[in-house]
Amino acid sequence: MQKSHEDVHQDTSPVMKKVFSKPKFLKENAFHYCAGCGHSIAHRLIAEVIEELDIRGRTIGVPPAGCAVIAYNYFDIDMLESPHGRGCAVATGIKRTLPDRIVFSYQGDGDLAAIGTAETFHAANRGENITVLFINNAVYGMTGGQMAPTTLLGQVSTTSPPGRDAVLDGYPIRMSEILAHLEGTKYIERCAVNTPANIMKARRAIKKAFQYQMADAGFTLIEILSHCPTNWKMSPIDACRWVDEVMVKTFPLGVIKDTKAEG
Amino acid sequence: MNKVLMQGNRVIGEAAIRAGCRFYAGYPITPQNELTEYMAEHLRKAEGGTFIQAESEIAAINMVLGASAAGARAMTSSSSPGISLKQEGISSLAADELPAVIVNIMRGGPGLGNILPSQGDYFQATRGGGHGDYRTIVLAPASVQELADLTMDAFALADQYRNPVMILADGMMGQMMEPLTFKKPKPRQYHECYTLKGAGEGRSKFIRALILDAIRMEEHNWKLFRKYQVITKKEIRHETFKTEDADLLIVAYGTAARIAKGAIKRARERGIKVGLIRPITLWPFPSEVIRKFSETIETFIVFEMNTGQMLEDVRLALNGAGCVHFYGRPGGVIPTPVELTKVIEQHAKKS
Repeated sequence: MQKSHEDVHQDTSPVMKKVFSKPKFLKENAFHYCAGCGHSIAHRLIAEVIEELDIRGRTIGVPPAGCAVIAYNYFDIDMLESPHGRGCAVATGIKRTLPDRIVFSYQGDGDLAAIGTAETFHAANRGENITVLFINNAVYGMTGGQMAPTTLLGQVSTTSPPGRDAVLDGYPIRMSEILAHLEGTKYIERCAVNTPANIMKARRAIKKAFQYQMADAGFTLIEILSHCPTNWKMSPIDACRWVDEVMVKTFPLGVIKDTKAEG
Repeated sequence: MNKVLMQGNRVIGEAAIRAGCRFYAGYPITPQNELTEYMAEHLRKAEGGTFIQAESEIAAINMVLGASAAGARAMTSSSSPGISLKQEGISSLAADELPAVIVNIMRGGPGLGNILPSQGDYFQATRGGGHGDYRTIVLAPASVQELADLTMDAFALADQYRNPVMILADGMMGQMMEPLTFKKPKPRQYHECYTLKGAGEGRSKFIRALILDAIRMEEHNWKLFRKYQVITKKEIRHETFKTEDADLLIVAYGTAARIAKGAIKRARERGIKVGLIRPITLWPFPSEVIRKFSETIETFIVFEMNTGQMLEDVRLALNGAGCVHFYGRPGGVIPTPVELTKVIEQHAKKS
């Protein structure tokens, strides 16, 4: 491989070796996300995978209504904003029209597991060959911290002020486990972006999901537990810890379904 | 060109496929099911054609949104309650400036209503229907031949103005059979720059409806408004029937206009000089045509299969001129030419 001038320069100075840089397919715009938010990490991972798989020119993303609504300001790929909850339907329309493109939707928990449950469930059941990046932060972020379908029991939100009560508010929904029962789903994994190790695992999962889509395998979904210090009313570090110490008890990390691995 | 005998709903499907529609998503609802079924059978046979039976009307219109952005000529259809569900998506299509054809085979309402022909969705169709400052072009066919012609035209108009176009018919139009010929559709003219197909080696693009900055959002609203002004200037369609010597005019569209023609023939046999203005585009509305008639004609009868919706547009058009009467049968009742003839006779005596 031909070395660039920069690489040559770096090779002569081991102390200055570049081990990390902004992904090629993230725009220069600064993220609007709150300090300590998991969205920006998830964005970076997706952009890294798009770069690594060399699919930027044929990838179309579908951002949601929610904190990530202006994701098109960050991703340097074609993007079509979806009405709230309809990401999987919009992505279906794109993918069926352009079957050789890589199509993903990026959706929050309210978007995917409340208002868009039907669209998500049925796209999964049809085995649409799309990839869903499901950001679960157990709260409605953009609207200011209301109870989400994934809010934990006892978790305080602006619409469950004493904490989520199963009798009054129902239970947190495990969408990944539910969708795994459908024959159309081929690969589902739950990850987190709260520690370096979890971030690396999430990156591998996102890459694998895109690779499944590239192989026409069917519906793939990566759920990412994403810390929301602002609405959890915690410091970023405490929020990262809360994912490990509390959130994973309701939403355990790991592969939920992998048809290829299962043979 | 050979004449064929076909049912209205199926004609819309065939005309759409001939016009190059390659994406259809729909959800079963009476009285438009034959259209969905026709697409299931025939669109999948067409090269590059996609038919999806969606899980809901909401999913269907949002699939259409995705397909349209990806460059397909896309259509969905439903009947009144289902069209209510589609409004979120129609508003998004208008905001995104994406073309799509939406067919509403109206039935009695409000609520679930019934499955019989009605014109109760006029307000919803002509005022945009969903939230926000937008319009859809609304075409109102009055024969099976016109269902075919206007379906083809709807795709061309949607592309030309990058705006959703609604075909507003009712259960009678959808269910009835008539002979027709399919005209040859014009080749599609739609620029690739409006589609999202992956950026390739070029600059990435995005399509969005969220504009947080008020001044920019205002600019977008005025931009859409200017487009609607152009449509209003260029795309108004109407038919006049026996208006040359008329001293009384009926204003009716779709099924009601057909019934009105029967009534006009009967009334004329009795010596009443009555004619018809039939708006073919309900939005933009042929206001100027109606206003012009008020220079020579005093009495207007608005005839609709509802409790009086287009009536408001006629009154706006006349702006106080003339004398406007209304006769309506809502709820899925199909009025007869005989009963409308009686209404005409009453008003002819008075005038």
